[in-house]
Amino acid sequence: MAENSSNSAYWSANVRIILISLVIWALVSFGFGILLRPMLSGIAVGGTDLGFWFAQQGSIIVFLILIFNYAWRMNKLDREHGVDEE
Amino acid sequence: MDQFTINLLFVGASFALYIGIAIWARAGSTSEFYAAGRGVHPVTNGMATAADWMSAASFISMAGLIAFTGYDNSTYLMGWTGGYVLLALLLAPYLRKFGKYTVSEFIGDRFYSQTARIVAVVCLIVASVTYVIGQMTGVGVAFGRFLEVDNTTGLLIGAAVVFAYAVFGGMKGVTYTQVAQYVVLIMAYTIPAIFISLQLTGNPIPALGLFGDHAASGEPLLAKLDAIVKELGFNEYTAHHGDTFNMLLFTLSLMIGTAGLPHVIMRFFTVPKVSDARWSAGWALVFIALLYLTAPAVGAMARLNISEMMWPNGGIEGGAVTLEQIENDERYDWMDTWQKTGLLGWEDKNGDGAIQYYNDGNAELQAMAAEKGWAGNELTNFNRDILVLANPEIANLPGWVIGLVAAGGLAAALSTAAGLLLAISSAVSHDLIKGAINPQISEKGELLSARIAMAVAIVVATYLGLNPPGFAAQTVALAFGLAAASIFPALMMGIFSTKVNNSGAVAGMLAGLVVTLVYIFLHKGWFFIPDTNSFSDADPLLGTIKSTSFGAVGAAVNFAVAYVVSGMTKPTPVHIQELVESVRVPRGAGAAQDH
Repeated sequence: MAENSSNSAYWSANVRIILISLVIWALVSFGFGILLRPMLSGIAVGGTDLGFWFAQQGSIIVFLILIFNYAWRMNKLDREHGVDEE
Repeated sequence: MDQFTINLLFVGASFALYIGIAIWARAGSTSEFYAAGRGVHPVTNGMATAADWMSAASFISMAGLIAFTGYDNSTYLMGWTGGYVLLALLLAPYLRKFGKYTVSEFIGDRFYSQTARIVAVVCLIVASVTYVIGQMTGVGVAFGRFLEVDNTTGLLIGAAVVFAYAVFGGMKGVTYTQVAQYVVLIMAYTIPAIFISLQLTGNPIPALGLFGDHAASGEPLLAKLDAIVKELGFNEYTAHHGDTFNMLLFTLSLMIGTAGLPHVIMRFFTVPKVSDARWSAGWALVFIALLYLTAPAVGAMARLNISEMMWPNGGIEGGAVTLEQIENDERYDWMDTWQKTGLLGWEDKNGDGAIQYYNDGNAELQAMAAEKGWAGNELTNFNRDILVLANPEIANLPGWVIGLVAAGGLAAALSTAAGLLLAISSAVSHDLIKGAINPQISEKGELLSARIAMAVAIVVATYLGLNPPGFAAQTVALAFGLAAASIFPALMMGIFSTKVNNSGAVAGMLAGLVVTLVYIFLHKGWFFIPDTNSFSDADPLLGTIKSTSFGAVGAAVNFAVAYVVSGMTKPTPVHIQELVESVRVPRGAGAAQDH
């Protein structure tokens, strides 16, 4: 059962990383790109405002960072918990 | 050399390249046909996924939809990239660890039910066929323009080419062919955008040019664009006009749908390791982002160019473009060429020898029209799907750029259509026939049934593509809604919950698929047959939720039904709970079944 408890620690660490990533994912797209755009309208970006930039470019860039960060952290976590592929 | 010959050269050369690669890497065995022997590097796989993913909807259609609507259609940009986050975090590594070939195999094994597997196959087929209809719309536009024939003829020729192309090889041929297609399509998309960005803003990077200054006026490009479209009575480009709730749901549907489409998920079965599946999703998005960061610039700059072409002397004051200019000025040649496809049209309604392009639904402009003797908007037809292909001609770019764009548009449509047909054929032959109806079928019989399934799918899609339910990207969005409502929830619950059981999954998938399909048919016509709809997206059945946005609601229904039914029926057996535990850790992936 020792392996199982290590697996469950691994799994909850994974779920925590996923949840944090998804909060950021939702914040930049649904948040900054759509719902919070009126609040960001004071910040000018090239002829329009920050919300428009997030909707058309910023969110995509953040998505990229999120995926690479997840891959890097998880591959590290795999090794720490000894569940990586040999 | 005339433009037709140049286009033929570019398209011919790119096809020769793809077919050459397909022959070189021809699939031999069944396992190679489906999953390329699991030997594809993450970067290569990412590039092939990007080609597979970026279809006629992304390449041909999306920038046009953004151009004519502006900010509100940012949904496509966020939706079709944000889905990769879900894919990378919630599905890809676990499905790779599970280690079989198809999505429905996972659902069948995880929910220990032949019924679940068959229901998943049905969901996949419904979503994929809808997706292919959208592709055929794009194929029709691209072939129509490049062969200089009408849209219908272009569509029929295109369908024949797609079919011939898809039966050539399986995934292995397709993987390397798609790397070549990615290179062709990304060059075809970015090179004209770079030229246009240089012309308008002096910045060689379109994504930066979009937020830069308009060189001719010195104002920011987007401010200039807002002013012009406002003068013509249209909605300001950067402002939000539509319904916010619908925009949220639409974005979410596209995101979830991205992570539920079989031809994209299948890609992650072909990487060597679980850790590679994680990287692969990132690389795929890198290659996709190159196009998606360029697309909003293409849309905005094209809208500016078109508006200025229709009012060539500095807005309404300077007067509209004259018929004589359209006929004789070579800058307007594109209008003549596109008129032949039936996708662009104009009519001098008031007989003043000029073509007034404005929003005749706008009260202020109606008043001005009455004063000036205009008789309504005279640019009567501008199909959104032609914008990207016509863009280099509109900007007067050299002939070779136009040829390159024709080749890129075809590459986009073909690569995705081929990937989808492969997903449909494997669903039918591998999951339905071999998995359920006749397990003793020979390898030869399986390959034959795969090809018959492809043929049937393309005939159905072509027939419906003649009267599509929307522009290419809108039809494709419906396919995403269907995938979002049916496949994604089942996969996610299969990995993240040990409690959801066979009955729960089957009931959830059926509920999600049926409510979404019915909602779409109520708005777009039953089986997409025109004029059989009871509602329209302008005045939808439920509040402000359009049929394209309903996938997220369908997904919620799927989750809810699955949990409730699972709670009322027998719990999942121990060996299935162990299967879920083992899918969650990467160790042992190499030993995954390779049958």
